[in-house]
Amino acid sequence: MSDYNIHVWRQSAPDEPGYVERHRVTDISDDMSFLEMLDVLNETLQTNGKEPIAFDHDCREGICGACSLVINGQAHGPETTTTCQLHMRSIQGSDIYIEPWRASAFPVIKDCVVDRSSFDRIIQAGGFVSVNTGNAPDANANAIPQVDAETAFDAAACIGCGACVAACKNASAMLFVSAKVSHLANLPQGQAERRQRVTSMIEVMDEEGFGSCTNYGECEAACPKVISTDNIGVLNREFLRSKIGSTT
Amino acid sequence: MKLDAKIPDGPVEDLWSIHKKTLKLVNPANKRKFKVIIVGAGLAGASAAATLGEMGYQVECFCFQDSPRRAHSIAAQGGINAAKNYPGDGDSIHRLFYDTVKGGDFRSREANVHRLAEVSNEIIDHCVAQGVPFAREYGGLLANRSFGGAQVSRTFYARGQTGQQLLIGAYQALSRQIGAGTVTMHTRTEMLDVVIQDNAACGIVTRNLVSGQIESHNADAVVLATGGYSNVFYLSTNAVGCNVTAAYRAFKKGAGFANPCYTQIHPTCIPVSGDHQSKLTLMSESLRNDGRVWVPTATDDTRAAGDIPEDERDYYLERKYPSFGNLAPRDIASRSAKEVCDEGRGVGATGLGVYLDFRDAIKRLGKDAISARYGNLFEMYQRITAENPYEVPMRIYPAPHYTMGGLWVDYNLMSTVNGLFVIGEANFSDHGANRLGASALMQGLADGYFVLPQTISNYFGQMGAAPDRTEINAECFIEAENNCRDSIQQLLNIKGTRTPDSFHRELGRIMWEYCGMTRSEEGLTKAIEKIPELRHEFWHNVNVTGNGQNLNMALEKAGRVADFLEFGELMCRDAFARRESAGGHFRAEYQTSEGEALRNDQDFCHSAVWEYVADGEIPTRHQEELKFETVELATRSYK
Repeated sequence: MSDYNIHVWRQSAPDEPGYVERHRVTDISDDMSFLEMLDVLNETLQTNGKEPIAFDHDCREGICGACSLVINGQAHGPETTTTCQLHMRSIQGSDIYIEPWRASAFPVIKDCVVDRSSFDRIIQAGGFVSVNTGNAPDANANAIPQVDAETAFDAAACIGCGACVAACKNASAMLFVSAKVSHLANLPQGQAERRQRVTSMIEVMDEEGFGSCTNYGECEAACPKVISTDNIGVLNREFLRSKIGSTT
Repeated sequence: MKLDAKIPDGPVEDLWSIHKKTLKLVNPANKRKFKVIIVGAGLAGASAAATLGEMGYQVECFCFQDSPRRAHSIAAQGGINAAKNYPGDGDSIHRLFYDTVKGGDFRSREANVHRLAEVSNEIIDHCVAQGVPFAREYGGLLANRSFGGAQVSRTFYARGQTGQQLLIGAYQALSRQIGAGTVTMHTRTEMLDVVIQDNAACGIVTRNLVSGQIESHNADAVVLATGGYSNVFYLSTNAVGCNVTAAYRAFKKGAGFANPCYTQIHPTCIPVSGDHQSKLTLMSESLRNDGRVWVPTATDDTRAAGDIPEDERDYYLERKYPSFGNLAPRDIASRSAKEVCDEGRGVGATGLGVYLDFRDAIKRLGKDAISARYGNLFEMYQRITAENPYEVPMRIYPAPHYTMGGLWVDYNLMSTVNGLFVIGEANFSDHGANRLGASALMQGLADGYFVLPQTISNYFGQMGAAPDRTEINAECFIEAENNCRDSIQQLLNIKGTRTPDSFHRELGRIMWEYCGMTRSEEGLTKAIEKIPELRHEFWHNVNVTGNGQNLNMALEKAGRVADFLEFGELMCRDAFARRESAGGHFRAEYQTSEGEALRNDQDFCHSAVWEYVADGEIPTRHQEELKFETVELATRSYK
């Protein structure tokens, strides 16, 4: 059992100034998840008539991508995982600083909850294969080399949490965008729209106010699904190809 | 309440084709005049929204999460069934149909299940075309694995993240329609009520979770795709936000609720470690392909697993069910685990756990092969428990996972309220009293991609060229909005001493103890007394902090807990009335001498459908009789 000093970002509304609030939590077991520790704090706050700290979370098994906290300066904290899969046994020291994702494309809604709908708009611009329900040929009509399918999967494993943006000093969304571009560019199903897809997605990414990539690689280090920055190379190549090539 | 399932006449294998031929169509130019509301953006909701958008309807889709990509379908690990018979092991549509009816312990509708098996193959085709990266063999063709309750390999999978990849596929299709303007997406928006005019659903009332605005939305049909209610147990494998609110409020507006007591307790979850726990984590059933389940033969054996010699281990599933072994269906595997733990042979600090051991599989196939199959699951297990499953066996225990019960629907997926359709886990139709593994993804996508788009067009087709839509300033909307505002204000005004979560936890303990893996008349009677007491305390002593005008997660939680506190009682009443054991519903009074579930086909070969009467009154129980014309009604055996 351990005790911690929690320093947490509070902000009542998007346009209100935020501040760091300090709380003490006691008797926290090492087996608790980080969010369960916050649950304990929130129960105490509510019992004392105070509003709980707002933070996004849902599946609590590391796959939905809802949770999003910067913990002691690191997106999702010290382990290569999501905040919900972080356990107190991994936390060093007794002071914990908790902040929301920081990026102008992810405005704060309240406390540690941010608006990540810019990611959805990037996907809406082209992160799909245009196939209507009922149009598909037999699933085994095309053999896809296992290695291609696996490479596509590595990129498709992205959970859209935004840690890559939060970790980047430029708040760049290149890792997120590249993961989708690379997922679909690696599969035969993605070929028909390959050029248009990358152009449209990059255009919306820029409009949303994400910064540029300067190859620091913080995004990959923060990514709970270990999406490789190799995908950013793929993205750059796809983008170039869409601009200069005459065919796919 | 009239329960007409509207199943066409004919042999079961032709019903869906016959039905499709008679369904009314809406011509392409008229489609854009019809508007449909879809609540929920999981596999069922997103696939339906995308497909209806592609067809040209105006679609409004709602979810409480910040993005449709986060619905809890995303957490499904193991796979999705289809009758492709790619492995050539004798599978067919008929066999998938048969296994699913039998797996459901003969409490589902033959016609619906057959349709599910028929469209299963189209789902795989469509998902592959979307770019879902299913597992493949070296030759580049799709790979399959086995799941519980089947003797063929018909499960398609994407590592241990099949739900994620399928949901992302549906999310991308939905995103394409949002981009095209056919679907309007409302995120961070929760449905609070269904609005009904002239005995037909005409819209919904929602709360914008960011601004607190209560808003009305009108449409020509409403589709609920709001998932299951396992969170009534507080601890379950569901996401923390999953709730029964939309379905329960529809029930209070006249939609019949079928078989609420049919809940699935999944056998392989990580055991509870302490009081602080906020949710339980599933370990995919696919692990039972290679893992062997055992406990020590002796009671209170405290030796480490590795110190227990082979002849002092009881591989109880292999012993009791030699032909299915570790792949016995979920209800049976869960009950067996409880049985051995009740005997004092459970493992781990709490004694509520059994081993799932990969030692033999690692010896046979090598660590790399096991890691390729289950690497991410092993990692997740280690992260949560701080134990390495390559070296010591996993400890697992059953946990609430899925609910087969749900709003009653006819063959067209329409509830007892005209124009109110229910799809995916939120309806009751396809799994009977027990769902087989890898069937939930199949059903969600079957409903959303292939069934609802056909049947809802039939509903619109009956309206003529253009619908007569109720405006949102109509009396029915204003009244529903006011009711929602009042109940929110009521929650905020109580200012008691207990948090919404503390009530939820207490309800969960009651439900788990009396309406969990084993139920009895005595226990259910107690629960039916205790729940109204707890509900009474809630409405007098809950403390909801903050206000209703902005993001207030305590208020959201309180509203959901309020509905669970009513719904839990309905579940217990249903479990009480069903005086038999079937699938996941095990009544201690009704078992064979060997401890197996004892069905009573004479009196209970029906779905129980509950009709809301008034607050504080016991709902009325109706029956839809089930006929088994193709699969012979027999005692389920996996021995």
